[in-house]
Amino acid sequence: MTIARVEFSSEQLAEVRRLQGLYPDTRGALLPVLHMAQDTFGYVSLEVEAYVAGLFGLSPAHVHEVVTFYTLYFQQPKGRHVVAVCHNLSCHLAGAQDILRHLEARLGVQRGATTEDGRVTLQAVECLCACEAAPMMQVDDRYEMNLTPDKCDRILRDLR
Amino acid sequence: MMAELVLMRNFDRSNSHTISSYRSAGGYAAWEKAKTLEPAAITDEVKKSNLRGLGGAGFPTGMKWSFIPKTHTGPVYLVVNADEGEPGTFKDRYLLERDPHALIEGMLITARAIRSALGFVYIRGEYVEPWRRFSAAVKEAYEARLLGDGFDVVVHRGAGAYICGEETGLLSSLEGKKGWPKIKPPFPAIKGAFGQPTIVNNVETLCCVPPIIERGAAWFAGLGTKTQGGTRMYSVSGRVKKPGVYETSVSITLRQLIELAGGVSGTGRLKAVVPGGGSAAILTADEIDVTMDVDGCKNAGTMIGSAGVIVMDESVSIPEALLVLARFYAHESCGQCTPCRESTGWIEKMVHRIVDGHGRKDDLDTILDVAKRGGGTTICAFYDGAIGPYISYVEKFRGEFEALCRP
Repeated sequence: MTIARVEFSSEQLAEVRRLQGLYPDTRGALLPVLHMAQDTFGYVSLEVEAYVAGLFGLSPAHVHEVVTFYTLYFQQPKGRHVVAVCHNLSCHLAGAQDILRHLEARLGVQRGATTEDGRVTLQAVECLCACEAAPMMQVDDRYEMNLTPDKCDRILRDLR
Repeated sequence: MMAELVLMRNFDRSNSHTISSYRSAGGYAAWEKAKTLEPAAITDEVKKSNLRGLGGAGFPTGMKWSFIPKTHTGPVYLVVNADEGEPGTFKDRYLLERDPHALIEGMLITARAIRSALGFVYIRGEYVEPWRRFSAAVKEAYEARLLGDGFDVVVHRGAGAYICGEETGLLSSLEGKKGWPKIKPPFPAIKGAFGQPTIVNNVETLCCVPPIIERGAAWFAGLGTKTQGGTRMYSVSGRVKKPGVYETSVSITLRQLIELAGGVSGTGRLKAVVPGGGSAAILTADEIDVTMDVDGCKNAGTMIGSAGVIVMDESVSIPEALLVLARFYAHESCGQCTPCRESTGWIEKMVHRIVDGHGRKDDLDTILDVAKRGGGTTICAFYDGAIGPYISYVEKFRGEFEALCRP
């Protein structure tokens, strides 16, 4: 996966300054700006961390500590789509492991890995708080609920 | 059995997330009324209503507000904890998506009570749709000049970490740091976000505030028990016929609540129930006549927590259920305190070994010993939450664990 040069556009830099202005200390905008950086550059590489650190006047080590603490920041290239299956208690009771095994077989990768064509990263994640519709998963921005193997297949087919 | 709907009153209205729908249902009338009240009078009303925090700790809300130092002249912040993450809980997602203006109105009234000019709403990173819905509602509220006229709201997205639901972990995260909880005291009301006095309240808690102001503390208090007013939203999942969110009086019993959710599915025979989210001690089938308020659950040796009810029928393996939770705690421990960081990891390994059939019978005593020694020794309540399941699952279902262990 090739990455664009690690630099925000002038519009994005204006957005960074707007976000920084919302907090009593500019540092409060670090998580939102890291979300922006990931959306722009695909994942948060060490280079991206150093760039973001520069925007905040923080040390790269501080940004690295933050990036590695949270699950939603990817430190490696991720697939074009992220399929995150909840395997906490309510989903477990509703067959989440069967759903995970089904997706592993269909995609040919283990949980935690990305398909060779870079299409899908498959994850097992903790409670996404949609237990009323277990088993469920998050596909990029959306929640997909009341999963069955058939429903999973239909969802996968639509991911380009 | 369903009580009058207070929190979910607007859910079935079309476009309930919009300001026009909210207003046509009488929304923002409580805010108009609150503007005529002195801040201290608002806090007094909430104290008298017996509203208790609905995020997990159950602390009296009005009392929390009154901890803001009276002599403080600098900024005071209101922070909304929308970092819903407790296993088995999904009520705040409904409120953010279906009645975001109720939260904004609750924030406006609360901000007046605590004299805050700036509020933050910390929404878990995975909640993209709730975040969009709530952000759109905030935009509407600015256009209607409800916001921006003495009180501003910043909507903040988290990035995936259960510990940020703990209020001081949340504040660290809001400040742009890893979500490490902070040593208390000082409590956030004295020194919170960005070093200033801060009140952190849960979404559902704040959504109770407009009805309290509009209809009075006595009415709200009368909906509940002697020590807790109101209704609350119970998230019911697991082996029930109709999983979902149910709003009812906090005086309901767990047995009645399971009936409300259609009764036990699977084999139809109840084995155990988690009454208040993953971190609550488990109850056996003959312990479900407990009332689902803060004190009722406390007296039964468990906790109502976030009111996430997870039902297990007879076919469920309790050791496997504990393994799921043990893995969760090991994954989510922030690593700051040694007892939590080490015990959550080792207990997961031991439960794993037992479930795989390689456990030794004395593993069970080791788990109990490790769990009990760590309680109360850490900076935040995370580990105290983790030992709820460790201890109760092993003690109440010991035979099931022993059956898996090597002789």
